[in-house]
This record gives sequence, C-alpha cells and structure tokens, in this order.
Amino acid sequence: MGEAGYSFSLTTFSPSGKLVQIEYALNAVAAGDTSLGVKATNGVVIASEKKLPTTLVDGNSVQKMAKISENIGVVYSGMGPDSRVLVRKAQKAAQKYYRVYQENIPVAQLVREIASVMQDFTQSGGVRPFGVSLLVAGFDDRGPHLYQVDPSGSYWAWKASAIGKNMINAKTFLEKRYSEDIEIEDAIHTAILTLKEGFDGELSEENIEIGILRQDRKFQILTTGEIKDYLEEVE
Amino acid sequence: ISPPHHTGHRADLSLSLAPCLRVRALDSIRCSLSVFVSFSIMSIMEYNGGAVVAMAGRNCVAIASDTRFGVNQQLTLATDNPKTYRLHDHLFVGLAGLATDQQTIAQKLKYRLNLYRLREEREIAPKAFSNMLSSMLYERRFGPYFVEPVVAGLDKDAKPFVCAMDLIGAQETPEDFVVAGTATEQLFGMCESLYQPNLEPEDLFETISQALLASVDRDCLSGWGGEVHIIEKDKITTRLLKGRQD
Repeated sequence: MGEAGYSFSLTTFSPSGKLVQIEYALNAVAAGDTSLGVKATNGVVIASEKKLPTTLVDGNSVQKMAKISENIGVVYSGMGPDSRVLVRKAQKAAQKYYRVYQENIPVAQLVREIASVMQDFTQSGGVRPFGVSLLVAGFDDRGPHLYQVDPSGSYWAWKASAIGKNMINAKTFLEKRYSEDIEIEDAIHTAILTLKEGFDGELSEENIEIGILRQDRKFQILTTGEIKDYLEEVE
Repeated sequence: ISPPHHTGHRADLSLSLAPCLRVRALDSIRCSLSVFVSFSIMSIMEYNGGAVVAMAGRNCVAIASDTRFGVNQQLTLATDNPKTYRLHDHLFVGLAGLATDQQTIAQKLKYRLNLYRLREEREIAPKAFSNMLSSMLYERRFGPYFVEPVVAGLDKDAKPFVCAMDLIGAQETPEDFVVAGTATEQLFGMCESLYQPNLEPEDLFETISQALLASVDRDCLSGWGGEVHIIEKDKITTRLLKGRQD
C-alpha cells in the first residue's frame, strides 16, 4: 500500500505517522509565490511577490496582503481563496477580543486562534486542510512579532523567514544578511533584496507588495509610489 | 401596607425601560421573587443588603465594604462577609446586591482571570477587566445577575482607576469615587463632602472609612463592621473596621 495508499483520507494516519493530506497541503504552499518577513528591533516588514498571470489583469485588484487589525497584518503563500477565509476569521477574532476587553488582541493570542482554526480542518470529517501558510506580522505591548502558521496548525515565531516557491534560497540569503539589531528601514531593504534574489524577471513596484509595522504600531500596506521610492533606494 | 420604597438602583432599572413596560417589568420581578416577608415586599437588590465604596487617591486606590451577611431586615446571619474580592495585586472588585449572585460572579471572574493569565502571561489591566465584566453582565441582559459591581485598581503606570456599573453592565468611570449597594444615597452624600483629590494612602484610608461607617449607620441593611483595602504600587493594606453592631 505505502504512503500513497493513505493519502485519500485526511483523518487517517499513514504507517510512518504522517497525515499525508497535510504534506500535500504543504506542497501547495511550496508551489505558491514567495512571501517573506523580517523582524527588526523597532518594527516588522512583510513582503510578497505579486505575479499576475497576464498583463491584462488589473494589478490594483489583486492583494495578497491583508490587515487583520490596526496593529497586525498578514501575507500568505499558496491558495488565495483559502487565505481569504482565514483573514476573515482572524479579523473577526480580533474584533471579538476588542469588544470584550477594549484592548487590541496580543499577536500571540491571534496567531493561536488562527492556528486553532487551521488545526480544526485537519481533524474534521469531509473537509480538507487550508492550502496556505501565513506570515503574521504584529506589534503589541511585548514588541514586534513575526509568526508563521502552517496548514497543520503549527505556528512558530521567526526573526526572519520566507515561504513559497523560493523559500530555501530566500532563507539562506536572510541568514547571511540578518542581524539581531537590524532597524526597520534596513529590514525593508533586506526584504526587497531577498525578493529580488529569486525573482523571475524584472522586479518593479507593480509586481511586489510590502507591508510595514513601525513604532507607531499601525500596519500599513505601501502604495506603488512608496514601493518605487524604496526600490530606488535599494538600487 | 405602604407602597414599596423606591431606591436609587431600582430606579435605574425602571428608567431604562419604556414607560409602558416599567410597571409590568417591576411587577414580574416582584412576583418572581416570592419572598416570604412579614411586612413590605422588597426589591431583590435589598434582600441581602450591603454597601461598597471605592475612592481614588494619589497613586493609590481604596475599596471598602460592610461585612454583614443577612436576610431581610431582621436576620443577620454573619458579620464576617466582606463584599470585596482581590483579583490580582493591583485589582479589586466589590460586588453589592444579591449574595448568591455576588458569590457566583466572583467565582466566574476568578475563572476568567485565571484563563486570561494563562493565555496572555500577564495580569489584566483594570480598564480591560471592567469592560470584560460589563460584557459578562450584558450577556444576561434579559435575566440579569443581581449585582452592582465596583472596580478599583491601578494601571501599569500606577494611575488609579475606579469604575462602577449597574446590573446589566453600563459603566461609569469617574475620576474620584464610586458607590454601590443599599446605602448609595448615604454614601454619595458622605463621599461628596469628605472626598478630596490626590489624598495620600493614610488619609485616603481615613476618608473612606469615615464615609463608609457613617453611611451604613443610616442603613438598616448594611453595617455590622467594615473592611477596607488600600492598594498601592507595592503593597496592599487591609484593615477591619469596628463599627456599630446593629
């Protein structure tokens, strides 16, 4: 029978102790456009490739990055529609928390909620796991945070990381360039350079997205004009 | 039989409803009580009686309550039943109203706070706590807990915080003092006259104690001793008050 024989059902373990559907979900993520994040001492930056299938697509309508709450943003690699569901649930969870406590949800709590949702879909009948990994960037009272959440529901905090097609090269590049005391502006440059490393074709403000959290704790998705300025700085 | 005595908090409940519903709602609350009383029918908030007050001072807060546990006017069952509960080193809550609901809400708050501490790895801020309590009470909008809470605490910059709410969670966060229970009218009077802003902990203790004792002396359902907590940045001082035992 082998591994493949157990791949039909999400809720059946294979002999080697894996849930093969989750492995396949991770493959879906690895086939998606690269996304990465870098945590600085005074902020976090997340960035992503935005590969449009043809020039006919209106770039402005495509958005990989999403704001979960004032101080938390997220980017994904993998299946876009799946990420939308998670973004909605995360936004709702953040608002529910605010409604009860009148305080912004701490980033670790929100990540736990999202991960819990993703785990639910690995242990229920008739559903499939989400085909996305998320990079969650947030800034709360404990400082800046960068978390990755996988289709299995596991999550962990990163100082810098990449997911998607080019993640191995990107992570190697980040390992070399990352330092513990990196500041946010430097982190943005590093993120752009990392994306450039593995980019297929010409990197421009039309085909990447960047989201930043600075000391003011407000998640901003940069406009094409702002991205252009940063690209010029990096040249 | 004289018509039922309308107290401050009963008026709150009735005023929040439309006029046509007011009488019917009060009647149904009265009927649902089925209190076996010799003379007047009492409000559910006056079944056990009690008085709670909290005041803000200079980098400190004080919260005090009487210590009577009784049933109606004629039966005092204990004199060591304070109505204040410590939630963490910088947060106290005082619960006036029906004793069973007081105890239940205190237990529920402990439960919520423990979960919060485990998940968030920090103590809850007084403002967040007040909002959480308000949510909890409003969840039971149409079958409420008969408690009127008073929250007193210090936020992370040691700034004093006091807040009171009605039984369905409407918050009020003044800068000076808050009161709750069956002696609110008396407490308001005493606090208005005795209170000064920015009192040091020792002076705050004197002020709140005098306000409490004088007020409960004029209320047959509260008294039989008092308990005062003074909360400062680095310590909590708890003192029992010797009052008139009647």
